[in-house]
Amino acid sequence: MAFVWTIVAMVVVLALCWRYLGAYMVAVYEGRVRWLAKVERPIYRVIGADPKAEQTWKRYASSVIVFSAIALLFSYGIFRLQEHLPFNPEHMPGVEWHTAWNTSVSFVTNTNWQSYSGETTMSYLSQMGALAVQNFVSAAVGMAVAVALIRGFARKGSKTIGNFWVDLVRGTIYVLLPIAFVAAIVFISQGALQTLAGHAEVHNALNGASQTLPRGPIASQEVIKQLGTNGGGFFNANGAGPFENPTGLTNFLSIVLILCIPVALTYTFGKMVFSVRQGVAILAVMTVLFGGWLTMAAVAEQQGNPALAETGVSQPLGNMEGKETRFGALSSSLYNVTSTQTSTGSVDSAADSYTPIGGMAMLTGMMLGEVSPGGVGTGVYGILMFAVITVFIGGLMVGRTPEYLGKKIQAKEVKLAALGVLVMPITVLVLTAIATAVQAGKAGPLNAGPHGFSEILYAYTSQTNNNGSGFGGLSANTPFYNVTGTIGLLLGRFAIIIPALALAGSLAEKNAVPTSLGTFRTDKPMFVGLLTGVVLVIGGLTFLPAVALGPIVEQLSHGMFW
Amino acid sequence: MLLDLRRAITVSIIFFVILGLAYPLVETGIGQALFNHQANGSLSANGSEQIGQTWDGPQWFHGRADGDDPTATGGSNLGPRSKELLDKYKERIAGLEKEGVTPHQDLVSASGSGVDPDISPEAAYAQVPSVAKARGKSDDQLRALVERHVEGPQFGFLGASHVNVLELNEELATLR
Repeated sequence: MAFVWTIVAMVVVLALCWRYLGAYMVAVYEGRVRWLAKVERPIYRVIGADPKAEQTWKRYASSVIVFSAIALLFSYGIFRLQEHLPFNPEHMPGVEWHTAWNTSVSFVTNTNWQSYSGETTMSYLSQMGALAVQNFVSAAVGMAVAVALIRGFARKGSKTIGNFWVDLVRGTIYVLLPIAFVAAIVFISQGALQTLAGHAEVHNALNGASQTLPRGPIASQEVIKQLGTNGGGFFNANGAGPFENPTGLTNFLSIVLILCIPVALTYTFGKMVFSVRQGVAILAVMTVLFGGWLTMAAVAEQQGNPALAETGVSQPLGNMEGKETRFGALSSSLYNVTSTQTSTGSVDSAADSYTPIGGMAMLTGMMLGEVSPGGVGTGVYGILMFAVITVFIGGLMVGRTPEYLGKKIQAKEVKLAALGVLVMPITVLVLTAIATAVQAGKAGPLNAGPHGFSEILYAYTSQTNNNGSGFGGLSANTPFYNVTGTIGLLLGRFAIIIPALALAGSLAEKNAVPTSLGTFRTDKPMFVGLLTGVVLVIGGLTFLPAVALGPIVEQLSHGMFW
Repeated sequence: MLLDLRRAITVSIIFFVILGLAYPLVETGIGQALFNHQANGSLSANGSEQIGQTWDGPQWFHGRADGDDPTATGGSNLGPRSKELLDKYKERIAGLEKEGVTPHQDLVSASGSGVDPDISPEAAYAQVPSVAKARGKSDDQLRALVERHVEGPQFGFLGASHVNVLELNEELATLR
């Protein structure tokens, strides 16, 4: 019953975010919000950006890429040199080249796949100055690209789609920083750490236990990792760790922080294209998919762990292997589904130890392309590409040139959208095939049988979707996995951003076509159903065979243990 | 392109200062000033109330079947049809039964953090008879002790009911 109220509370809070944060973001990206102008203006002056000077899509895209490349080098440098830099009370040595490379790419692409353990690898400067900074700015890049694509739909006969540097700065200081600043204080009050002191040594005279407690400036990083749908944990346990996610309240706030911007951006979208109903239609698709996958995981995790069932121990609490007592199986499922459907990838329970169907919910949630509701910005530009495909298919059915939001959708737009949609599955399947064929890949999985295959498939699905969660059993901190993983990370980010921006540029130049009786309405349930179907069919057709070899076989293997 | 390069470098430095230094350091200042106990790890005389410890023997309430090493956090990552997991379960159940403890699912399964400080109220009640016997106390006395330590879902609806094992055992040690 408590869980029903959790869902009700979540829906209420998100509805408020949708309306008010959504409207606020319209104002932010239109330059009408100025309460931090004293910070904003000087930044433009120093970097030489003019808020009024706009860019073509090509200039916008090259700015995204140059900025990301510099961010990557900057982070890589900090990781490698951390032993010579300040804020390193535990004297962590420089990070290995392949781990530093994978981690830099992973955080710059808003993925936060982590092949390392934070408590034994990263200095506080690496955590604060590299990882947390990327948590902010990679999220701001995603939002900027989404807004640029929305402008493409909204504008008529325009050569430009906005100014990347301005969008980047505005998203960071007006949206991400203020929310994170307040949320971090709540997290600290609940017991998330926020200290620069090093490890604490504790000894308990009652049981003779001695422990070394790693600490750090955790709360400030924890909140932005959720809000920016990044997901990288300060420690290895991620959101399961009591120092990161201490209470039921922080667990709930994590879920809300993850969902608030992706959900609110559908309002921003609707408002910017002059029809909130269009945004509602998109949100409806996201909600249907999210609800379906949440149900799948929650029901499966209530069933208990098959291995424990085998011993005859009863499991009234559901599958608790890899789950925290203070959250329970239901809230844990909600957290992990939220995180895998938003390209966040933080976990408050061990994904690897979920039941076969519970694990499948997380894996296949990502395989839909992270659009339900997807990451900050990435979800919106992802689903808009699916929407273009949908109106194209709708147009084929009735034999009319498709339109979306008053713009004619022609061969060029369909090709760009198809490219953006298909890059991910192709990359995932090819990389998984390579890893299962070579020795360096086969050495990775902890678990035997189909679950081992799931670990590999999950790793590439997660990285290419810029999610970052993992079936943690995989020994991913090897040159093979670190290097092949970055291929997925980079393609999953930039091979989708570039088509999205090209689409924005192409659409912005077009003039609007008047709505007629024959126009396929994209703010009606018919469109919601068709778009949901397209997302499901594309995901299903590409991934069903691979999923059958992993979680589905595992589910069907009653009484078998590997 | 060159202009972009200059902008990318400058803006990265600005972000490093604002987001990488000012933001976490200001939060640290606020945390240390307002919530000093929590911000430093909720430490008490016997450890951190947020980090689980291993309690051996029937005279203590046991926690989750974790390694309880805060420097190596995380779950077992064993899959739901792992033979290794099954063997571990059987071993743990045999160990608990030898101590006369009812093997509740919380005591047999490992958590997600590897340092779960809590168990469910049911898991605590299941241990009452064995702890009472080992300490020569009455079941009623210990049941009342557990009841004092049960924390429901936060605000009545967030998360699940739990009992903090360290706090429970601390009071158990002082029980007359």
